Amino acid sequence: MSGVNDFAFKMATVNGTGSASANSLLMQAIFRMGIPVTGKNLFPSNIQGLPTFYEIRVSKDGYTARPSEIDLVVTLNPSTYAKDVASVTPGGYLLYDSSWPLEPELVREGVTIRGIPFGKMCVDNFVRDRDRTLLRNIVYAGALAAFLKIDMDIVSQMLVEKFSKKKALFDANNTAIKLGYDYASNNYQCPLPFHLEQMDETKDSIIIDGNTSAALGAVYAGATVGAWYPITPSTSLMEAFTMFCRKFRTDPETGLGKYCILQAEDELSAAGIAIGAGWAGARAFTNTSGPGISLMQEFIGLAYYTEIPAVFYDIQRTGPSTGMPTRTQQADLLSLAYASHGDTKHIVLFPCSPEECFYMSPMAFDLADRFQTPVFVASDLDIGMNDWMCRRLTWDDAYVPDRGKCLTAADLESVKKFSRYLDAEGDGIAARSLPGVHGNGAYFVRGSGHDKHGMYTEDSDSYQEVVDRLARKFKLAATKVPAPEFHRVANADVGIVSLGGCHAAILEALDKMKALGINADYMRIRAFPFDTPVREFLDAHQTIFVVEQNRDAQLRSLLAIETGKPRDDMISVLDYGGMPLTARVVVSAVTATLTPAG
Amino acid sequence: MTSIAKPPVRHPGLRKNAIGFTQRDYEGAMSTLCAGCGHDSVTAALVQACWELDLPPHRAAKMSGIGCSSKTTAYFMKQSHGFNSVHGRMPSVTSGANAANRGLTYIGISGDGDSLSIGLGQLCHAIRRNVRMLYVIDNNGVYGLTKGQFSASADIGSTSKKGEANVQPPIDPVLLALTLGVTFVARSFSGDKAQLIPILKAGLSHNGLALVDIISPCVTFNDHDGSTKSYKFTREHDVEISTADFVPLRHEIRAPETDSAVNVVTMHDGSVVRFRKTHEGYNPTDRESAYAHVRACQQRHEVATGLLFIDESGSDMHAVSRTVPTPLVDLTHHELCPGNAALQSLMEKYR
Ligand SMILES: Cc1ncc(C[n+]2csc(CCOP(=O)(O)OP(=O)(O)O)c2C)c(N)n1
Ligand code: SF4
Ligand SMILES: [Mg+2]
Repeated sequence: MSGVNDFAFKMATVNGTGSASANSLLMQAIFRMGIPVTGKNLFPSNIQGLPTFYEIRVSKDGYTARPSEIDLVVTLNPSTYAKDVASVTPGGYLLYDSSWPLEPELVREGVTIRGIPFGKMCVDNFVRDRDRTLLRNIVYAGALAAFLKIDMDIVSQMLVEKFSKKKALFDANNTAIKLGYDYASNNYQCPLPFHLEQMDETKDSIIIDGNTSAALGAVYAGATVGAWYPITPSTSLMEAFTMFCRKFRTDPETGLGKYCILQAEDELSAAGIAIGAGWAGARAFTNTSGPGISLMQEFIGLAYYTEIPAVFYDIQRTGPSTGMPTRTQQADLLSLAYASHGDTKHIVLFPCSPEECFYMSPMAFDLADRFQTPVFVASDLDIGMNDWMCRRLTWDDAYVPDRGKCLTAADLESVKKFSRYLDAEGDGIAARSLPGVHGNGAYFVRGSGHDKHGMYTEDSDSYQEVVDRLARKFKLAATKVPAPEFHRVANADVGIVSLGGCHAAILEALDKMKALGINADYMRIRAFPFDTPVREFLDAHQTIFVVEQNRDAQLRSLLAIETGKPRDDMISVLDYGGMPLTARVVVSAVTATLTPAG
Repeated sequence: MTSIAKPPVRHPGLRKNAIGFTQRDYEGAMSTLCAGCGHDSVTAALVQACWELDLPPHRAAKMSGIGCSSKTTAYFMKQSHGFNSVHGRMPSVTSGANAANRGLTYIGISGDGDSLSIGLGQLCHAIRRNVRMLYVIDNNGVYGLTKGQFSASADIGSTSKKGEANVQPPIDPVLLALTLGVTFVARSFSGDKAQLIPILKAGLSHNGLALVDIISPCVTFNDHDGSTKSYKFTREHDVEISTADFVPLRHEIRAPETDSAVNVVTMHDGSVVRFRKTHEGYNPTDRESAYAHVRACQQRHEVATGLLFIDESGSDMHAVSRTVPTPLVDLTHHELCPGNAALQSLMEKYR
């Protein structure tokens, strides 16, 4: 499969040694050559000293899923040599640091070895220890530029941009890049059979991670209060929100900002802050990951029952418990859909890419305001923290936030008795009043039993009237949340259902299956609750595969519970080891089922 | 225990405050607490304090957690929004509401269980954040609503109604708050309106978190002889450091400022608190002596009351966060959204 503009390579290094900037330099240079490219940072939950990997996939056809094969590996971490060699596809290449003798572990039949004395060249050319360590990464980037035919003009330009104000750093990086480039060109046949050729496929694209784009979406949606407690992989979302607020919402003269970001003492408090702010009328959010969602449960139920808007970004990571904090998963689906004790159900959005993280942010805030309820955006580590190529983001300046039924002082002036939970319009949504607006709108928020007027009750009928309306409201929400995305073909044999970050791999798998003669329709779930088209799709196919990244087939359970489709009528394809999904996993699972073992 | 709305009875003769409200306008639904519960006296003091301060009811927000004490936010200021949240989490909800709308007066009511057990962390961090709010702890030494278990403020040796003695050391919210850098802390007694009302008024006017620990006896579960949070014990062991006298901005200051027995603290809005010292050398603006005084009283089995410490120079949550003076909820979407042109130039950074 590998060839010009269609291959993948991987850097195996030790975390904390500064390889990140070299890796993003490489990725960005390829992007600027107009070639579709994606990067996956497979990093450990640790600050320094453990193995870390960075995979770059180049795909002229625009596939952005994690590559199924690695054509070249740069192995700079002796502790992972054996695994690194094993990960190279037959016919592939291995680049090692020949400052030291070749370790026998690195030798494998069918894998071509290229040695470059990265370490030695650094010792010879740089004085400080720190430079010797950090610049080793830039040297391998230079060598790769030669092997893969990365445009050196672009690389030089990038160094100029990056170090425009730091001459010494520029010089050092420039020297390092050249050292690697020249050594490779002078000692080996360059480029390799798979390499890069200029294209023109990225001019409308950007490279961005989903946490950055979600934060940007929150800024554009008009979110003003952000509360959080640090947790991987969600931290960078609030960091990005802070950065954008400083950039776009701060008065340059006074230094005062049109936002308030609070780093809370824990996730309980972060949820409380978001809910308090939502109640007071701000667009407020919190971002967290599984352990935080567990802590927020009680508050989520309060917001659901008292009907307070707030947006919760859950950047899912591998559970249960602390799990694998730097690995991805989609294993919070059930705990989000039904978060908190008692009868609760929530709106959950499932972005499939950084691009969708941006566009789903205003949707989430609109839905939260309109339905006066917590709304979850279920992203994951792969979407949130990895560098994805996606279309340039645009904003419709005509956007007007949907603040839902919110009574103004003028509305309230004539109100004799305000009943907070009265279904005046029959759509299940009661009008709310914000504190500070008008005395006639005053009411008492209580998580205890209340009637439609908001008064305390222990009366069965009055209690049920309110919770039944909540159920109706939720039904209406099913028709207002983002509808599924359908990909249909003629004469489909099977139907595939998936969501979120699996999308890229499914699209690629669909093409691969087509080549194998399997015609599949595909439904990408974009939100919970489900509307009727979801059940219709399930019923329209004899064989349904539900592809998701958790052990217990949570999406399939949700589909069964909410649509009534028997669970065992849907075949699960599960990938839950913590790595982003590859097309190969999907293709093999589907073909294995469709082709009777023989 | 449904709260019953009072029939609207007109009292044309009732005195009105500067904004045209009678004290009755600051009342709320009928209390469902036990007759004689200290918490009801606190509510009554709050009603009077807010009325005297001419606080527009719809510009106040009443925040609480869960407990008998937390229920009381329903029993005053019916024209104010109330938020009865979850157990121990009032401080975070108030922090968020205040972040969104800094223009309101936040009145937080909590209990000793709510704030010193389940919500201890939230109390501490609200103090650190210095959220502008009045934070009342109705402190009765027990969990009233769950029927009389010891709370974290029960003194060692204090006995329950059934006679068992508490063996764990108490958490004193005043000492705790002082070590955490609180900028306003007072202690009072639900039965001492004369002392309590000026303290509440000063707290409501403070530019930061004003913590008021109010010994508020639980007549049902903790008002017997062995209790240190009973009416009898508190009356006998109360040591008042100074008579605090709160003078709001608009009111003329009548007492001569030269009176050496009077210590005057000017608040951020120009209001003043005057301390008439009854305790030799007490300085309510010195954290160390406040701490020493409370500790000394504690060792003598006395309860130090009064406005114990005040620092009007502290920065509240918004000053620290460097938020604009306009409440965030009043900003239009146009003022918040950078627009597509800005987005397009930003996109160049991601290429
Ligand atoms: C998470 C949670 N745990 C337990 C309870 C039960 N509970 C309700 S009130 C209360 C104690 C209240 O004590 P305190 O705050 O001192 O208020 P008081 O009733 O004494 O005024 C408890 C434990 C609850 N509501 N929520
Ligand atoms: S149980 Fe105690 S705290 Fe609760 S209302 Fe009765 S007297 Fe007050
Ligand atoms: Mg109590």
